[in-house]
Amino acid sequence: MADVPDNAPEHCPGTASEQAGKSASCQGCPNQVLCASGATKAPDPAIAEIGEKMSTVKHKILVLSGKGGVGKSTFSAHLAHALASDSTKEVALLDVDICGPSIPRIMGLEGEQVHQSGSGWSPVYVDDNLAVMSIGFLLSSPDDAVIWRGPKKNGMIKQFLRDVDWGDLDYLIVDTPPGTSDEHLSIVQYLSSTHVDGAVIITTPQELSLQDVRKEIRFCQKVKLPIIGVVENMSGFVCPKCKNTSQIFPPTTGGAEKMCADLDLPLLGKVPLDPRIARSCDEGKSFLNEVPDSPAAEVYQRIVQRIQDYCSNRVREEQSAT
Amino acid sequence: MTRAKSDPDGNLAQVRHVVLVLSGKGGVGKSTITTELALALSHAGKKVGILDVDLCGPSIPRMLSVGRSDVHQCDSGWVPVYTDAQKRLAIMSIGFLLEDPDEAVVWRGPKKTALIGQFVSDVAWGELDVLLIDTPPGTSDEHLAVLENLKKHRVDGAVLVTTPQAVSTGDVRREITFCKKTGVHILGIIENMSGFVCPHCSECSNIFSKGGGEELAKLTGSVFLGSVPLDPLLSSSIEEGKDFTQAFPDSATFSAISSISKTLLNSLRTP
Ligand SMILES: Nc1ncnc2c1ncn2[C@@H]1O[C@H](COP(=O)(O)OP(=O)(O)OP(=O)(O)O)[C@@H](O)[C@H]1O
Ligand SMILES: Nc1ncnc2c1ncn2[C@@H]1O[C@H](COP(=O)(O)OP(=O)(O)OP(=O)(O)O)[C@@H](O)[C@H]1O
Ligand code: SF4
Ligand SMILES: [Mg+2]
Ligand SMILES: [Mg+2]
Repeated sequence: MADVPDNAPEHCPGTASEQAGKSASCQGCPNQVLCASGATKAPDPAIAEIGEKMSTVKHKILVLSGKGGVGKSTFSAHLAHALASDSTKEVALLDVDICGPSIPRIMGLEGEQVHQSGSGWSPVYVDDNLAVMSIGFLLSSPDDAVIWRGPKKNGMIKQFLRDVDWGDLDYLIVDTPPGTSDEHLSIVQYLSSTHVDGAVIITTPQELSLQDVRKEIRFCQKVKLPIIGVVENMSGFVCPKCKNTSQIFPPTTGGAEKMCADLDLPLLGKVPLDPRIARSCDEGKSFLNEVPDSPAAEVYQRIVQRIQDYCSNRVREEQSAT
Repeated sequence: MTRAKSDPDGNLAQVRHVVLVLSGKGGVGKSTITTELALALSHAGKKVGILDVDLCGPSIPRMLSVGRSDVHQCDSGWVPVYTDAQKRLAIMSIGFLLEDPDEAVVWRGPKKTALIGQFVSDVAWGELDVLLIDTPPGTSDEHLAVLENLKKHRVDGAVLVTTPQAVSTGDVRREITFCKKTGVHILGIIENMSGFVCPHCSECSNIFSKGGGEELAKLTGSVFLGSVPLDPLLSSSIEEGKDFTQAFPDSATFSAISSISKTLLNSLRTP
């Protein structure tokens, strides 16, 4: 049974929720008796199905931040590009930002549509070894808004994990929306029967952003999601004319560096502000190919290397443990 | 709450105008713009309130240096916190209601909807000229909850904030559809973070591109309210909870903000 059946009223709390069958909106719903009986609260069989499906995915990485607009999607996209530059690796990028999907544009796939295949939905390919899935591919026009409440978004995320024909993958990267909300709970829950390598946390240097990011870190700890490390993005801007650096988003409380030291987390790197990053995203190109010798591209490459090392160390640790 | 049942507007009865600050995109400066507009309007002699309904990332308290210890309850609900002695700027953040402000709020939609529903009508604003509502990014539970609970009262409309680049205007374009579908009038679009003038050599760099907000306004037939530059003095004022509009009255950023607040005020006068 889906989280929100088609015949449920608009405010359905979700058939697997604590309130199922009991909330005010359940009054008069045809499923109320079934939902109130508790039968629908049993562990979702999809979790096991997703576990099965994900058994052919070697590494799973979530990209998170409590704060909006810090560059989660930009980082996810460039991590995917960088990993896929090794043509022997199969890489996929999944966008679970249901209300504000940015990945289609950043990957240069605006206007693409998903195709139905025998074994499910087929993702859209940027390259032979780089697959992408986003709700953006299911919308018919750039004006379409997805005005969905939580339970319906959860259903979509479930479908992305279970019904997309991902094939054998070396890396699955998941770009998430800002905050700690339904999408985050769902992705963690649906992946609970598989092994997730960990999360990369993105922040900008100022306290306004860090105060939200600290909460996201607590969320990870609560749901036992390992943290691969933190990336500080938009960290200083070097004027192209006079070469002086400006702290446009000032690290008033010591930035990610201090936060990582306080919380004992690895700082993976600091990516500066560079107008060419924003432009590459708008044009759907990889900044790493556009300006490979820029300081920002070098930082990206170093961060990606550290993430790869983390993932392969984890495999080695697991092998030596058995 | 002991609100008079005969009065459908309850706590909003003496609130003249209600304006939502929205954006489909995260981090474009919704909370910053809300704060600066509120300051500008209150310095222009208006009584202003800010309602912050961002549960996962409430920013308003920090931006205006107010703490949750300042919040009290009275017969008609929560008493907002005033930032000034003349009581011209009142703040209420949903963050104040959380037990541990450092804890992540990991709630599913229905629970958020319930809390916001209550919250929206439970603040004892008293008399206000303008109530600004700062929202989280997206088009989801929180937004629908706010609108549903304000339906009884008149909402003047929404101000949409975007940054200039296509990644952002693309999301805001969808937000416009959200407004149309939910019957929210669009008061106008603000382009934020457009152009950075180097404080050392005065060279202007368009870090997040330029002009996207104005283009979007044209494309969708909406009013363009103006653009606010990317200004390190603004981000540091916001960080420290200082009043930018008082500290830097000669800056280009200030004149952009004050012109936007004037245009907005005029559009509220002429419905
Ligand atoms: N280091 C950088 N320099 C310049 N621009 C950048 C940088 N990083 C990201 N950007 C730009 O900033 C904007 C916001 O980035 P992005 O969309 O990746 O953030 P996000 O965290 O995914 O946002 P949301 O919370 O809305 O999902 C984009 O236009 C992106 O191109
Ligand atoms: N014009 C500007 N110049 C410099 N910094 C700015 C400007 N506008 C916003 N900022 C800074 O950018 C960051 C993000 O802004 P803000 O928190 O207001 O965005 P938001 O849209 O409310 O984000 P969220 O989607 O997370 O609620 C803040 O640190 C803020 O100080
Ligand atoms: S009874 Fe309640 S939980 Fe069950 S489907 Fe209906 S509205 Fe949803
Ligand atoms: Mg994003
Ligand atoms: Mg905000």
